[in-house]
Amino acid sequence: MTTRELGPIAGALRHIILMVGAAVMIAPFVWMVATSLKPQGEILVAELRFLPERWAALHNYTMAFTRVPMLRFLLNGVLVTAAIFALQILVNLPCAYALAKLRFRGRNALFAVVLLGLLIPLHATAIPIYILLHMLDLVNSYTALVLPFTISVFGIFLMRQFFMSVPNDLIDAARIDGVSEIGIVWRIMLPTAIPAVTAFGIFSVVAHWNDYFWPLIVVRTKDLYTPPLGVAFFRLNDAGTEYGPLMAAATIVILPLVTAFLLAQRRFIEGVTFTGLKR
Amino acid sequence: MAQVELTGIAKSFGEVRVLRDVSLEIRDGEFVTILGPSGCGKSTLLRIIAGLERQDAGRIRIGARTVDTLRPNERDIAMVFQSYALYPHLTVAGNLALPLRMRLLSWQQRLPGARWFSPHIRAVERDINRRVSEAAALLQMETLLPRKPAQLSGGQKQRVAVGRAMVREPRVFLMDEPLSNLDAELRVHMRAEIAQLHRRLGVTFIYVTHDQAEAMTMSDRVVVMMDGQPLQFSSPGAIYSDPVDLRVARFVGSPRINTLPGVTTGRRSIDLAGLELPFDVALAAGERVTVAIRPAATGVAGQHGLPGSGVPGLSGRLVHRENLGSDLFLHARIDALDTTVIVRQDPSAIDAFPLGMQLQVDIPVDQALAFNSAGARIRSRVVARAAAS
Repeated sequence: MTTRELGPIAGALRHIILMVGAAVMIAPFVWMVATSLKPQGEILVAELRFLPERWAALHNYTMAFTRVPMLRFLLNGVLVTAAIFALQILVNLPCAYALAKLRFRGRNALFAVVLLGLLIPLHATAIPIYILLHMLDLVNSYTALVLPFTISVFGIFLMRQFFMSVPNDLIDAARIDGVSEIGIVWRIMLPTAIPAVTAFGIFSVVAHWNDYFWPLIVVRTKDLYTPPLGVAFFRLNDAGTEYGPLMAAATIVILPLVTAFLLAQRRFIEGVTFTGLKR
Repeated sequence: MAQVELTGIAKSFGEVRVLRDVSLEIRDGEFVTILGPSGCGKSTLLRIIAGLERQDAGRIRIGARTVDTLRPNERDIAMVFQSYALYPHLTVAGNLALPLRMRLLSWQQRLPGARWFSPHIRAVERDINRRVSEAAALLQMETLLPRKPAQLSGGQKQRVAVGRAMVREPRVFLMDEPLSNLDAELRVHMRAEIAQLHRRLGVTFIYVTHDQAEAMTMSDRVVVMMDGQPLQFSSPGAIYSDPVDLRVARFVGSPRINTLPGVTTGRRSIDLAGLELPFDVALAAGERVTVAIRPAATGVAGQHGLPGSGVPGLSGRLVHRENLGSDLFLHARIDALDTTVIVRQDPSAIDAFPLGMQLQVDIPVDQALAFNSAGARIRSRVVARAAAS
């Protein structure tokens, strides 16, 4: 489909639809930022206005950092997200390589199990995993935040699909050159799979940075809170919900992702479109 | 010394028997081409020699060693692939250096930064760099060293792939259709270059191709493979002029060899639709045989004042002409045998052969090859007798 096939009116219409869609998507974020600048009194007025009459930005953002250890939460978030992603790659790539390129008995059955795993939502296994962690006495720890996500069937599936397209000759050449099978995974497959790893990284990091459900279940100590839990801290405390600091905290939490997106926009788009394409 | 000895190699993929009982003896320093149509098992055979596939039965010796249980990198071989298989994330220099780094450095020594702590690693790396630049100089590709494979043309990639095989100084070079992805002109050029490389290195080359021109021009000896078995293993000349099997005769030579259905007479001759070719073999009467003759070996005796050559001929009608500049191929329909025979003539004579003309196709007995119904060659001493007379 190219613009050439559409008339000027249809073309304009298409852009109007896209712009409305974009506005709907972006409005809550604009509202969040606007609210984070207003004092409590102005937030709850009936009138619709974006900029505050009396600026409370300093107060709200100071509150966001002082009422809760926001830096600690952000650090936890970075730590947990990075650990999850690193371990996922460590597990996924060898698995995906074996499923894509090694011939062994039961490979297809194993791959079918991986596909089956894609269909099971986290919420279905949350309770059993929680009980397991409890029995191992790991609840309320970094391990509890990271461990359940180290094996990502989605990641294995995605990397396997990518590895299928890597020519066998390349792997054979590496074998003749004396690279071991594990060496092939890290020295040959990983460098050629950077687009796929990036795509998977986006999914993984965004999902786990924003995850509210699992940290809420396994974490009790405030020291281990991840950013989304930190945001929720402003809800419904003694003084009622303080929307200003809440929205300030929310803005702070999404800031790293937005910054990362702006810095590496091209890579992000490559990564996302990559998953929609065959190659 | 690195002769390659295969004994009774067999391989099946599931139900499909790809190789059955292949035995070959390749001499040290020889350039051997394995020639065959796609699916004949030639690539599988090469991969088994390389150690990339394990044979179901049989034994492989390279030099003095039996290599059946050795991994590919322990076999002292190098391989060039059809798709070149260059590491896309490494520069040309990195591609050439990788096999040396793998062999000369342990994994701890290959860790990034390790070189800063060890003069030994730096010395080894200097040696690797020296060998890489030597190989690059030999293949005249010094300027390519800092580039990535994606920035290279097909011919350049090919050259890098050869270079990567060369730096390891293997005792046996394996090449799997390395020229198939190149355009025709470059293919001819690289053919000469590979033959030259073989002469310079003096090591054993095993080259797999479906292109008979490559096989005929580069090899010391050619193995023609069909249906998982080597049919003939001899010099290119013998493959062409003295094939042992009808399938070999048909596969080699362009245009294809003419094949004519004949019947043995029982009088030491073969009957081709009334034309009796003397053949010095005792065969029972009434057996179906195939007489094959190269287009270049035939001649024509026409009706329009062209003299007969005195050898037995078949009458036919000219249905098609192909003028290639260097050769003129006449397609003559032989109604009596329900077949078409291709005859080579000199292009300057094209005006003597108007389409539709009746002509007499000579079948010189001393050039004709006979095959029995199973496709095996029937040897005749007529050749010797014709030469003597």
